[in-house]
Amino acid sequence: MKYFIKKLAGLLVTLLVVSFLVFAAFAVIPGDPATAMLGTEATPERVEALREELGLNAPVFVRYVGWAADFVRGDFGTSYRYNMSVKEMIQDKVPVTLTLTAMSFCMIVLIAIPLGLVCARHAGGWLDRSVIVINQIIMAVPAFFSGILITLVFGLILHFFVPGDYVSYQTNLPRFLGYMFFPAVAIALPKAAMAVKLLRTSVLAQMKLDYVRTAYSRGNATREVLYRHVLKNAMIPVVTFLGMALADMIAGSIIIEQVFNIPGMGRILLTSISNRDYPVVEAVIVCIAFLVIIINFIVDLIYQAIDPRITFE
Amino acid sequence: MKKKKSKNYKIGATITGVLLFFILVGLFWTPYDPDAMDNASKLAGVSFSHIMGCDNFGRDIFSRVLEGSKITLFVAVGTVAIGTLCGIVVGAFTGYYGGIVDELFMRINDALFAFPSILLGLVFISLLGSGKYNVIVALGVAFIPSFARIVRSEFIRCKNMDYVKSAKLAGAGDLRIMFVHILPNVMTVLSSSIMIGFNNAVLAEAGMSYLGIGVQPPDASLGRMLSEAQTYLFSAPGFALFPGIVLILMVLGFSLLAEGIKEGAGYA
Repeated sequence: MKYFIKKLAGLLVTLLVVSFLVFAAFAVIPGDPATAMLGTEATPERVEALREELGLNAPVFVRYVGWAADFVRGDFGTSYRYNMSVKEMIQDKVPVTLTLTAMSFCMIVLIAIPLGLVCARHAGGWLDRSVIVINQIIMAVPAFFSGILITLVFGLILHFFVPGDYVSYQTNLPRFLGYMFFPAVAIALPKAAMAVKLLRTSVLAQMKLDYVRTAYSRGNATREVLYRHVLKNAMIPVVTFLGMALADMIAGSIIIEQVFNIPGMGRILLTSISNRDYPVVEAVIVCIAFLVIIINFIVDLIYQAIDPRITFE
Repeated sequence: MKKKKSKNYKIGATITGVLLFFILVGLFWTPYDPDAMDNASKLAGVSFSHIMGCDNFGRDIFSRVLEGSKITLFVAVGTVAIGTLCGIVVGAFTGYYGGIVDELFMRINDALFAFPSILLGLVFISLLGSGKYNVIVALGVAFIPSFARIVRSEFIRCKNMDYVKSAKLAGAGDLRIMFVHILPNVMTVLSSSIMIGFNNAVLAEAGMSYLGIGVQPPDASLGRMLSEAQTYLFSAPGFALFPGIVLILMVLGFSLLAEGIKEGAGYA
């Protein structure tokens, strides 16, 4: 419980630092949003009035506190470009990105854990050796390139899906999930390869330890030793990796969304960057960063559940 | 005893060597001008005159791949250089001295670490604007935390070792101890992270250029070529395949090298 509270405190501090850094970065940026909104022909008085109205004249820290207070209440500000609330703009995009990430995460877990175990169990065999080679290659393929390859092979040649034929989850959920399948595969592939490699190495390292010998000497079969004793210990580095991978995948989906033409958080981030629509950029980045931090927090908790010896230093 | 180089190391070195050779040749000579357009050979397939075919403007893909790999490599080297140098300085000081500065830096580091590097790159790009130099700065800064973390933990491990104590007794100053005595001992660990960082830089640059916010035309970049090629995927698959394969080889070569170095150092 103490562990939990300390971790929670750390989480809050990190959230504050991250949001402040992002906010400060966008506050010192050259280029004045008031001028941008009014155009270059606006009179200095009007620009000044709008600056006052947007609250741009206050010191950074005061503005941050106001912004953070609004943010916590769910008010992410107003888009400079579209003059609508940022929340409205991003709220139906969040589930899209989250679905994509969640689907690829499930794929990683479902593929990597069994495959890693099988490889470790038959280390040195033909399956193991071919998996190692294939893994090494898959790890080197950038997710967006596997996305392009998947589009070419499964979309254009085999016609398993129509590239660009995205259906919103609000209109047709099964078709939405169907369309998300291949993008999720593209994101999952390199991470799954890494997870297999990691689990295999980790299991092999555990198999050399004394407790495994003891477990064997008590008459357990390999299968039992592997699943009842080794797996839990071998999972610790894998859980760390999966946590980091999950964070990476949320960010990586920005690119994959572009490859498969999916209107998620990534798309809105990119259009806002090119439109210099900073309130939107700010909100999306802070949201993604928060997701990442919260995932790391959950990973830490899972850690402790797996291995109660881990405590907060 | 001479250390036997592992298989990973050999394959990695071969792939990287061949690529570097081509890139080096590409510095001085490309079969065609990478920017020269030729209406007659738009989206031409593979042939003797264009060994990788031509793109939608009739530019020779092989020449552009050479040009693009050069820029991708340039960005990656620049990024890793910024990340490593700043990372070493930050990690060395915080690890060696500890205390409140260390605590503060590590908090900021943790916060930056929460951003996947591509996201941090995006933040900087939206602040600085796109273009290859800005990509280098953006990714370089994004890479500092991970290097700083590695250097810091190594410095903490080393600072109480006997050789540091004896150097202190011999009257060496802090800076001398940090950069002359401890730093060389950190290099093995650092060198494999540099390789991995290199890969991440290549991937991040390619990703950003693919999104159109990285390297800007007229500069060629592998990522940018891929995004241009996507429209012609069915009619001219080579346009996407060749830059992609070069990208994969680049990453594969470096990751095998990194693994080879790790195995050589005996902590794989």
